[in-house]
Amino acid sequence: MNQQRLQERVRQLREQQSTNPCRVLVCCSSPCLSAGAGAVKSALEAVAAEHSGRVSVEVTATGCLGPCSRGPLVTVRRPGHADAVYERMTPELAGKILAGHLTETPPADNLLPADLPFLARQTRIVLENCGRIDPENLDHYLAADGYAALARALHDFSPEGVCAAVEQSGLRGRGGGGYPTGLKWQLLRKAAGQRKFVVANGDEGDPGAFMDRALMESDPHRIIEGMAIAGYATGAAQGYVYVRGEYPMAARRMHKAIRDAERAGLLGMRILDSPFSFRIDVRLGAGAFVCGEETALMASIMGRRGQPVPRPPYPAEHGLWGEPTVINNVETFGNIPPIIRNGPEQLAAIGTGRSRGTKIFALCGEVIENGLIEVPMGTTLREIVFAIGGGIPGGAAFKAAQTGGPSGGCIAAQHLDASMDYENLQALGSIMGSGGLIIMSEKTCMVDVARFFMDFCMDESCGKCSPCRAGTVQMYRFLDRVSNGSATERGLVHLEELCRLMKETSLCGLGASAPNPVLSTLRYFRDEYLAHIREHRCPAGVCRMTEVPVTLLADELMQRIAAGRLDGEAF
Amino acid sequence: MSVVTLYINDRLVSGRVGQTLLKVARENGIEIPTLCYLEGLEPWGGCRLCMVEVEGQGKLQAACLTEAREGLAVHTDSERLLAWRRMIVELLLAERNHTCAVCVVNGHCELQALAAKLGVDHVRYDYLHPALAMDVSQERFGLDHNRCILCTRCVRTCSEIEGACTWAISGRGITSRVTADLDRPWGKSTTCTDCGKCVQMCPTGALYKKGATVGEMVREKTHLQQVMERRQRSGK
Repeated sequence: MNQQRLQERVRQLREQQSTNPCRVLVCCSSPCLSAGAGAVKSALEAVAAEHSGRVSVEVTATGCLGPCSRGPLVTVRRPGHADAVYERMTPELAGKILAGHLTETPPADNLLPADLPFLARQTRIVLENCGRIDPENLDHYLAADGYAALARALHDFSPEGVCAAVEQSGLRGRGGGGYPTGLKWQLLRKAAGQRKFVVANGDEGDPGAFMDRALMESDPHRIIEGMAIAGYATGAAQGYVYVRGEYPMAARRMHKAIRDAERAGLLGMRILDSPFSFRIDVRLGAGAFVCGEETALMASIMGRRGQPVPRPPYPAEHGLWGEPTVINNVETFGNIPPIIRNGPEQLAAIGTGRSRGTKIFALCGEVIENGLIEVPMGTTLREIVFAIGGGIPGGAAFKAAQTGGPSGGCIAAQHLDASMDYENLQALGSIMGSGGLIIMSEKTCMVDVARFFMDFCMDESCGKCSPCRAGTVQMYRFLDRVSNGSATERGLVHLEELCRLMKETSLCGLGASAPNPVLSTLRYFRDEYLAHIREHRCPAGVCRMTEVPVTLLADELMQRIAAGRLDGEAF
Repeated sequence: MSVVTLYINDRLVSGRVGQTLLKVARENGIEIPTLCYLEGLEPWGGCRLCMVEVEGQGKLQAACLTEAREGLAVHTDSERLLAWRRMIVELLLAERNHTCAVCVVNGHCELQALAAKLGVDHVRYDYLHPALAMDVSQERFGLDHNRCILCTRCVRTCSEIEGACTWAISGRGITSRVTADLDRPWGKSTTCTDCGKCVQMCPTGALYKKGATVGEMVREKTHLQQVMERRQRSGK
């Protein structure tokens, strides 16, 4: 296929879609499937078959639409009408609604208002196709301007030009670090090496994060297109998508998308009849959080033990099999096609300060609307929680938001108006991270939260460096003592020392950032720790507080001895 | 051979290009403690005891991995570094069961010597004392997981010097173990050549010669150098 034939095919597909009298989009990403989207889709297909003599209805399984807590979601799309989105579908209800649409009396049960803030207040650039196309159908992606950016890059841009455009857009890595993507690509382009590699990091391990999964499940071709453009810009001929082992559906869809793209001549040898060739393979993780760290990820791709190695040398000079390698998050690659297709100005115009473009957040926890959102960088936390998320259920007060998973920290209520961008979040003691956003109300105990994350870090420590391997255990044991009531203030001093030790001496970023949840909760909620330790109570009423410090027992024993009361009474 | 000059602890020292900070420091008589580093093996960077301050760099650097460059100003024994080293040694002592009084290497142990040198007179952390088994299935040597500090010297010696690749690490984090042949008893290993190099390289009492009792296990510190020198001479 070449560019002209691609454009011709897109024109045909669009015509076909616009003449279709009724299209029904069923969200079939993991959250909606677990809520029963499979049965809903079967019911819709049955109704469509009933009416097939009179009117043709196309039932499509799409990726994630966003408001996951309202699933299963069904969208009815008819020419000349606005899209009607229905929430909490059951097979019966869905059948009734479709039948209604076909007989021109659409029912209003479970209809989402067209101006629902959760959908209306978003800026969907990376997620533009999510919930609107069938991720397993290449034609759907093509009809949505898919691979136009790749064709444009190959036809109109030089590799330097692509790097420059990405640099100009101000795009920064979406995986957490925030390193300028254009600069990273330039480094790889200039690096000397026989072979170069492009790696997409889809090893999303943060508790409460599901952005990468949704993107890989809902729009896999977008990631492939972004990677192919990266390959062209940097001179790489091989790419790897590293998919977390717990995401079988994402891996399957990535596999299928790669195969379909290869068959259509959009990937593989001589892409779009240009001299550029690029292959992509999927690599599955085996359940280690640390493999999201780039050096450990590379070790895992090479079939070695998933353990980080010290940087420098950085992957751009010494990566996979010693060759120059660029690693970006899948969301970063998802940003690339619009930059090339619409120009870097579009992305650069959104955002604040040095954080440009949009960011996808996985909004979850104690907030009314759970789901996937994409908002401009610099949106305030208040806007996200109260306008988009609909506030805290039951009218409870907002207490904190946890960003960045176990490497991040908590943002307290006094910073609700803080802008969500790389620099500001760092200043508040947290990080942007990959985009997990867990909202907590006053019913949450912050010590318990810190304990949960330390348990996670302890479990996921790879064991290579001693501060992380042994330090996380000691920190977890202390936090556990705080929450069961047997901690002492001296222990708190040791805890803070351990935090600093791990920050300064750990080998990789995960060890160095593991104390962040503890440090940030200590920064904003120190009084809660002290209430546990000094007053022996949990302000949120979460912790069991069933034990007492060992030293208290000893003190009491001494007092009894001094008072001559040690007469065998039950202690 | 080009030379680099740099300051270590305000002293002007010189080393060859490509040498690590640790090597330059040691050649100039400046001691930086290490446990996982061993001359002759690839540096591992796991014990984090050799962390040093390099002026102008915010982060601490592992001396065993950082190349010496012209004009660097390095500090190896600031208060902060000593505090971190003490804490790391305490964490290691608390991690498994390091009861020197009944240990085969009592008096010849690198961890024990380092603890004494750093003034570790008590451990502030919980002794974890996991109940770990010993592997005495090998004919001549024994493996006591309770004394292991996971420095991986044995793993690297076996793969880099002997080329047998018998040892590896299984599990992760606090549950990591040194295992032979993908988790077989050592005596059942089909790759182990029975050479005993790993036993000579172990810094603690984890690997020992059978029959040694408390304090009897003395290691031949120069073993690795001797092997390498002889190999060089014979041109292999």
